[in-house]
Amino acid sequence: MMFKYFPHTDADIQEMLKDVGLSSLDDLFADLPREVLYKGEPDLPEAHSESELRKKLRKLSEKNEKFVCFRGAGSYDVYTPAVIPALTSRQEFLTSYTPYQPEVSQGTLQYIFEFQSLICELTGLDISNASVYDGATAAMEAMFMAIAQTGRKKVLVSSALNPRVAAVLKTYARYRNVELVSIRTEDLRTSEKDLTSKLDENVAAVIVQNPNFFGTLETFGYVDAVHANKSLLILNVDPSTLPILKSPGEIGADIACGDGQTLGIPKNFGGPYVGFIAAREKLLRKMPGRICGLTNDTKGRRGFVLTLQAREQHIRREKATSNICSNQSLMALHTVIYMSLLGRQGMKEAARLAYNNAHYLEEKLLATGLFKRVSSAPFFKEFVLETALDVPALNRHLAEKGFLSGLDLGCLGPDFQGRMLFCATEVRTKEEIDAFVEAVKAYV
Amino acid sequence: MSKVLENLLYSKSHEWCLVEGGVAKVGLTDYAQDSLGSVVYLDAGEVGDKVKQFAEFGAVESVKAASDLMAPVSGEIVEVNQEVLDNPELLNSDPYGHWIVKIKVSDEKELDNLLDAKGYRELLE
Repeated sequence: MMFKYFPHTDADIQEMLKDVGLSSLDDLFADLPREVLYKGEPDLPEAHSESELRKKLRKLSEKNEKFVCFRGAGSYDVYTPAVIPALTSRQEFLTSYTPYQPEVSQGTLQYIFEFQSLICELTGLDISNASVYDGATAAMEAMFMAIAQTGRKKVLVSSALNPRVAAVLKTYARYRNVELVSIRTEDLRTSEKDLTSKLDENVAAVIVQNPNFFGTLETFGYVDAVHANKSLLILNVDPSTLPILKSPGEIGADIACGDGQTLGIPKNFGGPYVGFIAAREKLLRKMPGRICGLTNDTKGRRGFVLTLQAREQHIRREKATSNICSNQSLMALHTVIYMSLLGRQGMKEAARLAYNNAHYLEEKLLATGLFKRVSSAPFFKEFVLETALDVPALNRHLAEKGFLSGLDLGCLGPDFQGRMLFCATEVRTKEEIDAFVEAVKAYV
Repeated sequence: MSKVLENLLYSKSHEWCLVEGGVAKVGLTDYAQDSLGSVVYLDAGEVGDKVKQFAEFGAVESVKAASDLMAPVSGEIVEVNQEVLDNPELLNSDPYGHWIVKIKVSDEKELDNLLDAKGYRELLE
């Protein structure tokens, strides 16, 4: 039988079989032991026509509940200009598997180069790469860069780092004999005192998130102490906040990493997102993954190529910092288009909108008298409030009213019972916030 | 045929070494530069780094390969050749004319573990 997406005709297959001296496709698998082969017919439903399939999928999708979202915690309800999916769904982008050959891939290589340039500009750092899989693996790659650079094996990790990112660090650290030491949180911020007291000659890096998991803006009084200890500072950042916050470069970070989801990528049920890494130039040889460079061809014309490949696994083998040989190209393109469309001014406005919405939401929730602050530290678009209400019951009530409410921080442990992490991004409106607060009041 | 100089000592990992007054000049052999091809980058550690005989202290990158630099003797790096770091291609044009680091030798007995010109020539054959 012929299928539309199989490139070979029966004649092609027969010819190839004849060439290798076999008579059937099954002969190719003659080495497999008989007993491991599946016998009988696979239990699959009947084939559907296109219209049947569409109906079936529509029915399935109707099971999704649509919420007005007041939750962040690592995945945010963001603005996606309609131009982006229109452009990224072009087949040259959508269906090409990260083609890196310069002879046929100048378009791809150019947007990768632009991605790197934009990430450098946002983070205030010198170098960047073609992207990595997501924010959590970006933090992991940054950690191993620091370990390779310093020859040390201990890493201090802020306890205000997103717990899912921390879990990925833990998984990798376990199998590479890296010791992770947690830094205490005080007043919803990384404790400067605890951090500096834990610096010793084995510390390769300190990993801090800003704004941190609780939405709070960190303080950085320890940067000189970290550098005096010959350790590196790794900042995990939300790139959408950088147009109005101090950049990692200005703060004194050696490596910045994070998830690009907030640069216009829909929540997508948790992915795909895109991770980014930027660093100071002295770390260039430790940068993992693909790096795209700008050059001239033999006729003097501008061209883009992958460069500095002797860092990478296919050349440096086990001494390479990382085994990543790919990048998250389509999502990187998505963020490039987002940043280019909004521009410097537009990105500032989006960041201010999110900041203002979150602060308006906090004010309205406090005014209900049902919540109180647990910290006076400044925050960006997420914040923690404490309540005497039954949080799971409140959130169920709000879900019935069409709202995805703040995250119940009880999931972090007994210290966090009765605490909620709320979020309002640039796409929330005053009307939505007011309606949400009314629904909260209606619960009582 | 790669050049091997008479007055030098050699490691099996293709570094040469010349000891004068307790300090070893260390470089890459002609064979090493020829196998690597155009050298584009050198990481030679820093002054003050403690190095161990036959352990890695830096790296050399060419357009087609990357390889570790191994210390032919134990000791401390007392000088790094900035001229070579800035112009790594000098290692291709004149490998024996350019040392990479100077190591203050901590134990001269270790020199017995290195090859002389005759031994290194045999290794290359």
